[in-house]
Amino acid sequence: MTDAAPADPRPVQGAPSRPSLLATSDRMKRRNAAEARFRAYGLIAISTAGALLVVLLWNILSAGLPAFQRTVVTVDFTLTEDQFDAAESVLFKTREYETYFIAALSDQLRDRGLDLEFDSASVERLLGKVGATLRSHYRDNPDAIGQPVRFELPTSSRVERYFKGGFARADIGDTNRFITAADLDLADALKQAGVLRTAFNWTFVTGVDTGSDNPGGAGIGASVVGSFFMMLVVLVLSLPIGVAASIYLEEFAPQNRFTDFIEVNISNLAAVPSIVFGILGLAVFIQFGGGQLEIQALKASAPLVGGLVLSLMTLPTIIIATRAALKSVPPSIREAALGVGASKMQAVFHHVLPLAMPGILTGAIIGLAQALGETAPLLLIGMVGFIARYPETFMGGFEGPNSALPAQIYNWASRSDATFIEKAWGGIIVLLLFMLTMNLIAIILRRRFERRW
Amino acid sequence: MYDTRNAERDVTQNEIKMSARKCQVFYGDKQAIIDVDIDVEDKMVTAFIGPSGCGKSTFLRVLNRMNDTIPIARVEGAITLDGEDIYDPRVDPVQLRARVGMVFQKPNPFPKSIYDNVAYGPRIHGLATGKAEMDAIVEKSLRRAALWDEVKDRLQEPGTGLSGGQQQRLCIARAVATEPEVLLMDEPCSALDPIATSQVEELIDELRESYSVVIVTHSMQQAARVSQKTAFFHLGYLVEYGETGQIFTNPRDERTESYISGRIG
Amino acid sequence: MPVLWIVLIVFAAAAIGYAVARNRALASAGGNARGLHSLPSYYGWNAVLMVVAPSMLVLAAWLIVAPVVIGWSVAADLPNRDAMRSGDVSLAMSDIGKLAQCLTVGVREGAIPPEVARGASLEGTDIRETCADLGIALGSDVTRETLTSAQAYRAKTATSALAMGIAVLALAALGFGYAAMRSNKDFRARNVVERGVLVLLVMAASIAILTTIGIVLSLIFNTVAFFRLYPAAEFFFSPTWNPSFGGGSTLGILPLLWGTLYISLIALVVAVPIGLFTAIYLSEYAGPRLRAVAKPAIEVLAGIPTIVYGLFALLTVGPMLMAVFGRDGIGWMQEASSVMTAGLVMGIMLIPFVSSLSDDIINAVPQSLRDGSLALGATPSETVRQVILRAALPGIVGAILLAASRAIGETMIVVLGAGAAARLSLNPFEAMTTVTAKIVSQLTGDDDFASPEVLVAFALGTTLFVITLCMNVGALYIVRKYREQYE
Repeated sequence: MTDAAPADPRPVQGAPSRPSLLATSDRMKRRNAAEARFRAYGLIAISTAGALLVVLLWNILSAGLPAFQRTVVTVDFTLTEDQFDAAESVLFKTREYETYFIAALSDQLRDRGLDLEFDSASVERLLGKVGATLRSHYRDNPDAIGQPVRFELPTSSRVERYFKGGFARADIGDTNRFITAADLDLADALKQAGVLRTAFNWTFVTGVDTGSDNPGGAGIGASVVGSFFMMLVVLVLSLPIGVAASIYLEEFAPQNRFTDFIEVNISNLAAVPSIVFGILGLAVFIQFGGGQLEIQALKASAPLVGGLVLSLMTLPTIIIATRAALKSVPPSIREAALGVGASKMQAVFHHVLPLAMPGILTGAIIGLAQALGETAPLLLIGMVGFIARYPETFMGGFEGPNSALPAQIYNWASRSDATFIEKAWGGIIVLLLFMLTMNLIAIILRRRFERRW
Repeated sequence: MYDTRNAERDVTQNEIKMSARKCQVFYGDKQAIIDVDIDVEDKMVTAFIGPSGCGKSTFLRVLNRMNDTIPIARVEGAITLDGEDIYDPRVDPVQLRARVGMVFQKPNPFPKSIYDNVAYGPRIHGLATGKAEMDAIVEKSLRRAALWDEVKDRLQEPGTGLSGGQQQRLCIARAVATEPEVLLMDEPCSALDPIATSQVEELIDELRESYSVVIVTHSMQQAARVSQKTAFFHLGYLVEYGETGQIFTNPRDERTESYISGRIG
Repeated sequence: MPVLWIVLIVFAAAAIGYAVARNRALASAGGNARGLHSLPSYYGWNAVLMVVAPSMLVLAAWLIVAPVVIGWSVAADLPNRDAMRSGDVSLAMSDIGKLAQCLTVGVREGAIPPEVARGASLEGTDIRETCADLGIALGSDVTRETLTSAQAYRAKTATSALAMGIAVLALAALGFGYAAMRSNKDFRARNVVERGVLVLLVMAASIAILTTIGIVLSLIFNTVAFFRLYPAAEFFFSPTWNPSFGGGSTLGILPLLWGTLYISLIALVVAVPIGLFTAIYLSEYAGPRLRAVAKPAIEVLAGIPTIVYGLFALLTVGPMLMAVFGRDGIGWMQEASSVMTAGLVMGIMLIPFVSSLSDDIINAVPQSLRDGSLALGATPSETVRQVILRAALPGIVGAILLAASRAIGETMIVVLGAGAAARLSLNPFEAMTTVTAKIVSQLTGDDDFASPEVLVAFALGTTLFVITLCMNVGALYIVRKYREQYE
């Protein structure tokens, strides 16, 4: 044994200089305090993040849920043959229908013991152009003449906002030509009588966008369809291409500069700002698109164009997820397949790919959800125009100009009317519901088919 | 032949440094250590041997409460250091670990310079008041780990750049820099080549002068070479504990004999 | 013939080809599949590949190249082409394109007699008004020359479409015949199919490169066009941004860059501490139950689209800040949209991004380092600060770079929350604007595409792309190096 122990005195072991383990030294107290502070920072950070999430969600729900409700006035109305003929023969036809309606409403109120005075002007302020609604109903359904019909008439957006607490009675001046205090009295009375009530707003869910003169009638439905067609394009393009690219990179690509370049490219594309893809879409469209060949009627705002742009954006996400899924299939599976005489291609397509499928689908769904919420590129290619509509044919769904969910939301948010703002929040709820559903499907897929090797 | 020179030399009874009575360790529902009673003596190398999964490493981690970092681990029984229960709720494991140091299976130098690796412990425990004092501690620790001559010219280079054996000695230097009373070593040579192993073994023998050293090892030869006392663990039980010479030449328990002669393990 | 029909016909031919090739191969081996070189289905797939791949490639190439070629040839035929500047040419071409489109739509809707569209003169018809009725606004009055060009344009387009149909279908037929002919028992169908599939896989992988090339080209071409109309030095160094569509605009990028960086800075100041501490707490302190709740919650936050944050900024955070710092409060703020509004909300958006990236990176630090530190008697926080964060530092720097690049490229939040005024100011409660917001506003106006006021968006886009590219590549490099260290 060599004596390399240092010459300096060794520490005294077990001597009283060693304090008891049970006593906490001052330094230790300070260190423990620092520890507690550090933990507290962590807790503060995590609860801040949590609180922000709660505030955000609460804000979305409280501002958006009213969009799914509207106030309606329910009136039982019977139009006789004579009344129909009489109304159709005069010059101001809708005025005539309105008179009938006022009579019917008064009767109904009187039955409930309410005697209220109202003229056609206040009815118009409350319910909009009732006469036109009635007239078009009877002209479209002549059979309904003579039969009792129950009309559910949406109130004007101002009355609706009044009941949703958008403004107080004191806020309206005497000269407001859209609503008066007397109208609100009438509305309150109607509500008391049960004639006016809150109902689910199907128009919002199924409807199309409207002009700024009718904020109450605007709906999200058409833009949901636009988004649907766009997602279809994204799915059909980016899933096969993404999977094919991943298979090549993960299974076949030799380790060389070119492969490396592709990889750097893909990770970089995943981080390129989405608006740059919008610029690409716009530039390509202007260079090659509009007014040519068979796609002559194709506008930049067609879901096909939007879908193409979003596909390019989604591709890196899908490739990254697919490669991770392929990587997680152990090499023993490939070796087993090669061992029984399968070609490399067969080993990949018959064994590796099916095993990686849940992971690939999960990645694809998450990529789609991302694409669904993307807005900036759509702004550039012009999907924010006032053109949300239902396509007439299936192909029309791809080619015809349309809006998309996030674009429609942006569009509403940039109008000043409070009702449109409410609709924008409502649209966000719809958008988040779709994304939540997609994420749930992804989570279920992952849970159900997750394999641990 | 086993190197029995050490074993014959140090059979005197030393002061008892750590002891365990009725120690049980559970990982969730699984019991990993059953009824272990042991006294670890000061200024002596104690080796824990036994087949894989016998609980020797688990028990080692009991001695400086490293099991606390595993959420599902639970320790019962009385473990004392200088007669004080180290699992007493008033005991701060941080303070305990300053006195019961540990060296791990794989060298794990921090991604810092060699100097900072060694100075890390003294710094957090406030053992040095100035730069000069810290320099002295670092030099002393590196000398004690027999590494000083190899690294004294490159103290500011990263510790991860050293060779495996040097890294492990750096970790030992790091552990002794805080002036612990007990040094726990969990298979410290298993990741090292034979030359580095013999360097570290030599070092362990020197460390015995100042500390109580507990070493877990897979190699019976190593246990015979470096330790004065040996404990044989099997299936969570402490089967036999005694002087190294006696354990290897004349085991009392059948299981110990089977293990030593290579029938189990 | 519509493209859709061509595609359908080709695929139908492929389906038939599959059956034919498979049966021919089987027949050549006397109906015994064991006598074949490859499985019968491979002969079928060979036919499918031969029919579909070349024809679809030609179709795609034609669709991309033909419009350019037609455009060039029409432009070359423009009267007094030599006297025109490039801006005038593109103006004229845009008119011709619109007119051609109007003619097509008009003929389809019956608003324009086919003979006008084909070649008759426009005497007696007000084509401009007709087009406006059809929803196509023509820039200037339709001259004789424009009409002639548009008619030529349509004629060439029609010819090209016809030629394309014939070429694609002929290729498909050729492929069909070739595959059917080669389908006999000695043909190595599997090898050929696998080679073909490999080529397709390589092509799919190259799309990533094509996308990048597309982005770079579309940015560069238009940026060069912009710098022809506007001095580059002024763009990069002028401290004023004042586009006026009548001409004589000052288009300096500095105020936009300043707004972008200022907002990103505020966002990072919010997101980095919160995100980093969240990640630290979750990976080092939190129990499994908190982790099980917090991690998905953070992922939810990360999945929320930016339009939602934009709305949150515009409608909630802005007014809230206004109430505190606005005229009724401290009086620092003039309007709800401001650097602070956008920065705060962007910070919220980045929290999950920073935290999940940091979480990955912290978890990649080996457990042995934690053990080593704890065994020396370090407290958990000392371990985190002095060992883990130190080991993870490069990775975290990479994560912050990625977050910064995201902040710089973020569009919706700044479009809705930051304001529209370009200014160089230090007050974070003032409205400022960013590069991305101006890209949107310059490109969504109704202005002519050849004007510098629109083209400047591409120069802005190029700047944005270059900045984020550098940050991404740098960050990816750092993160990659860091990962390798612990693998």
